[in-house]
Amino acid sequence: MGLLRVLSQTTTKHRLNAVSVLGKFRIAQSFHRSESTARPLEGSYSSSDVDDEHDDFQALDFPGGKVSFVSQLKFIPEASGSRVPCYRVLDDHGCAISGSRFHQLEKEIAVKMYRDMVTLEIMDTIFYEVQRQGRISFYLTSTGEEAVAIGSAAALSPDDVIFPQYREPGVLLWRGFSLQEFTNQLFGNKEDYGKGRQMPIHYGSRELNYVTISSPLATQLPQAVGAAYSLKMDNKNACTVAYMGDGSSSEGDFHAALNFAAVMEAPVLFICRNNGWAISTHVSEQFRSDGVVVKGQAYGIQSIRVDGNDALAVYSAIKEAREMVVGEQKPVLVEVMTYRVSHHSTSDDSTKYRHVDEIEHWNKTRSPIPRFRKWIEGNGWWSDQDESDLRSTMRKQLMQTLQEAGKMEKPDLATLFTDVYHHVPSNLKEQETSLKETIKNHPKDYPK
Amino acid sequence: MGTNIFMRRASSSYNIQSVSSVFASCCNFSRTLSTSVSAEVKVGGTLVSQEENGGTKSMNLFTAINQALYIALDTDPRSYIFGEDVGFGGVFRCTTGLADRFGKNRVFNTPLCEQGIVGFGIGLAAMGNLAIAEIQFADYIYPAFDQIVNEAAKFRYRSGNQFNCGGLTIRAPYGAVGHGGHYHSQSPEAFFCHVPGIKVVIPRSPKEAKGLLLSSIRDPNPVVFFEPKWLYRLAVEEVPVDDFMLPLSEAEVIREGSDITLVGWGAQLSIMEQACADAEKDGISCELIDLKTLIPWDKETVEASVRKTGRLLISHEAPVTGGFGAEISASIVERCFMRLEAPVARVCGLDTPFPLVFEPFYMPTKNKILDAIKSTVNY
Ligand SMILES: Cc1ncc(C[n+]2csc(CCOP(=O)(O)OP(=O)(O)O)c2C)c(N)n1
Ligand SMILES: [Mg+2]
Repeated sequence: MGLLRVLSQTTTKHRLNAVSVLGKFRIAQSFHRSESTARPLEGSYSSSDVDDEHDDFQALDFPGGKVSFVSQLKFIPEASGSRVPCYRVLDDHGCAISGSRFHQLEKEIAVKMYRDMVTLEIMDTIFYEVQRQGRISFYLTSTGEEAVAIGSAAALSPDDVIFPQYREPGVLLWRGFSLQEFTNQLFGNKEDYGKGRQMPIHYGSRELNYVTISSPLATQLPQAVGAAYSLKMDNKNACTVAYMGDGSSSEGDFHAALNFAAVMEAPVLFICRNNGWAISTHVSEQFRSDGVVVKGQAYGIQSIRVDGNDALAVYSAIKEAREMVVGEQKPVLVEVMTYRVSHHSTSDDSTKYRHVDEIEHWNKTRSPIPRFRKWIEGNGWWSDQDESDLRSTMRKQLMQTLQEAGKMEKPDLATLFTDVYHHVPSNLKEQETSLKETIKNHPKDYPK
Repeated sequence: MGTNIFMRRASSSYNIQSVSSVFASCCNFSRTLSTSVSAEVKVGGTLVSQEENGGTKSMNLFTAINQALYIALDTDPRSYIFGEDVGFGGVFRCTTGLADRFGKNRVFNTPLCEQGIVGFGIGLAAMGNLAIAEIQFADYIYPAFDQIVNEAAKFRYRSGNQFNCGGLTIRAPYGAVGHGGHYHSQSPEAFFCHVPGIKVVIPRSPKEAKGLLLSSIRDPNPVVFFEPKWLYRLAVEEVPVDDFMLPLSEAEVIREGSDITLVGWGAQLSIMEQACADAEKDGISCELIDLKTLIPWDKETVEASVRKTGRLLISHEAPVTGGFGAEISASIVERCFMRLEAPVARVCGLDTPFPLVFEPFYMPTKNKILDAIKSTVNY
C-alpha cells in the first residue's frame, strides 16, 4: 500500500495529527474531540452518513460546487445493493400489470405498432433466406428486438433526427420507408439512395431524418450530440435520437458523447439496446457495471431502464424521455433490456458461443410480438383474421418487391467517382478516363 | 521461388454470390473449412490437415496464423492474446482452441474498444510481456490510431529507452474480399508507414504468415501485422510444423526476371504473379518482389533488382494517392534515376472510398497490371 498520509483538516478543533504509517494504515488517535468520531474502516457511504457528518465538517467550495467532508475513510461501492429495476407495463402474457403507469395508446397507433413489428419479422425471415440463397451478400435481423425500434419510433416525432447503429430498421419502417426502398438498398441497385456503395442493411433516408448507417461502431453517438446542439440553437421542437448496442457502449465515442451531451445540455436521447451479446462477447465481458443505465448518472444524465420486449413500456418510456429531452433541453439515457435472438448476422453461428436453450427461452417465452398482440387483442383491436390477412399480404408484397429489385440495374459507373467530394476533382476525372479505357480493352473483366 | 502457392482469387462477380460475408463473419469460414479440408484433426487446439509431408503440413492461412499464435503462447509463458471475440476463436477463426489450451487468463475477449485494446497492449508489453492484440478488421483500427502513433511508436524514444513496448504486436485482417464495401475492405498500411517507431508487416501466404508473425511477436519493436483476409481460407501451402521465423525487413524475389521489377505485398502478389505469367507469354520477363515488411523496408533488394531491369512497377489495393507505392517510387527514383528506362508505374486502388458494387472496377486487376507492364517496357 505504501505511504498513506491523512491530511489535517483546516479547522483546529477537528485537527487530526497527521500520521504516516508504512505498509498499513490506521486512524489517527489524537483527535482533540472525542474518540468516538473515528469509526471502523468498513461499510460504505450512504446519503444519511454524509448528512450525519455534514454539520461537523466544513464544506469546501471545490470547483463545480460545494463538497462536504466526512471523517470516515470509505469508498463508494462498485454497485448499489440491487440492480436497477426495469420498467415494464405488460407481463409476459400481454396483460397490463395493475397499477402500472403508461402513456395511453390510441388504437390507430397501437395497431400500426403491431403491424410494423410483424412486417419487420416477415422482412427479416425473407431477407435472411434471400441472403442464404446468395442473392444478397449479407443480412442482419432484428429478431427479438422488434419492440425496441418500433416502440421507440412510435413515441418520437418525425422531426427527430435518428442516428442509428444497424439493428434499428424498424424505425425506418415506422416512418414509412417502403419495402421496395429496403430491398433496393439490399441489392445495391440504381434506386438505392446509397448508390450501391455500402453493404446490405446500411440504410439511410434524408427524407425520413434517418442518417445513413456506418459500420464503425459508436461513431454516430458524438455526432448525434452535435446535431442536437444545432436543433437547440435553432430552437427546434425536436431532438436527436442515438441508438447503440451494449457492445458499442464500450467505445470511447460512447463516453465522449454522454459527457458532451451533459456538458453542452444537448437535446439528445440515447437509446442503448442491451441485448446481452456483442457478437460472441457476453455482457459480463463487456462491462462490470449494472449495465449501461447507471452510466447516465456518472455523466450527469437522467436515465431509465426499460423492458425492451414490452412494446408498451418502450413506447411510454421513450415518450416521456423525449418530452424531457425536448422540454428541458437536456440529454436522457434509456437502456432497453432485450435479447438478440438471431445470430449476430448471416456471417455468424451463435450456437458456437451460447446455449440454444437461452435463445429458445427468449424466443418462445419472451418474444415481444405475441406479447403485444395479446394486449391489442384484449382491447378488441386485433383478430385472427387481421393477423392472417396481414401476414399473407406482407409476404406477397415482399416477394413482388424482391422481383423488382432483382431486375433493376446497377448504379451508373459515374457514381463510383461522384460524392467523394462536392465536385469531382481532377485526379478522379483522370482515373475515370483511364478506367473507361481499361474497360474498353478488357470488357470481360467487368460485369455489364 | 516462383512456385505459385496461391489459389487464384475467384474473380469477384457482380451479382454478389458469395455466401461468406466478412461482416463480422465466423460461421461461414468454419463451415467452409470443414468441407474444404478433407481430413481435419485437432492437434493441441490447432486445426491442421493430416497430409503430412516431412516437417511440413498443408494448411490455409488462418490455420497457419493459429499455429503461430499457439507456438507464441507455448514458448513464452509471458505472452497474451486478446481482442474482440478472440475467446471463442475470433470471427476469422484465427484464435480457435487457444483459450481452451492456454486458459482465459492468457487468451481473452476484451470490451469492444480498439483504443482500449491497443493501450492495454502497450501497458502489458511495457511490463515485459508479449502482447498480441487483435483488431477485428483493419477498418476498425482507427480508434486506436492515437495509441499506435503517439504512444506505441514513441514509447521507447521519448523515455530515452528507459521504457519500451516492443512486445506489442497488433494483428488485423485487411484488404478486399469481394463484398466488404467501405468498412470491411480497407488497406490502411500507408498510414502506419508514416510513423517512425513501429514496424508494418504483411504476409502473402500461409508459410509466410506463420514465419513472419512469429518474428513480429518476438521482435523487440511494436509491429502492426496486417493479414490478407481474402486468403485466410483460399491460400493453401505447405507450412513447416515447427517453430520457425522469417526475417523482418528482408524482401524476397519470388520470381526472377530481366525486363521489369514488380513490387507488392500481401494478397496483391497473387494478382501480380498472374500478370507476370501473362507478360511472359508476350516475351516480357518480370521480376516480382514481395516486400513483406513495409517499414523499415528493404530498399537494397528493390534497388538491386531495378538496377538489373531498369523498370519498376508497384501495385497495392490502397488508393494510389499517398499510398506506400509513392514512397517506394520516390526512393528508387533517388537511387536509380540514371538507370531507369521508363517512369515508375503504379497500379493501385482508386482515390475513392472502397466501393461495394464497383469493387471489380476499383481493384488493381491483373489486366491493369499487365497493361502497365507493357506500356512501361515499351516506353
Ligand atoms: C469500431 C468497430 N469495431 C468492431 C466492429 C465489428 N463489430 C460489428 S458489430 C459488433 C458487435 C456489436 O455489438 P452491440 O453493440 O452489442 O450490438 P448488437 O450487434 O448486439 O446489436 C462488432 C464487434 C465494428 N463494426 N466497429
Ligand atoms: Mg449487443
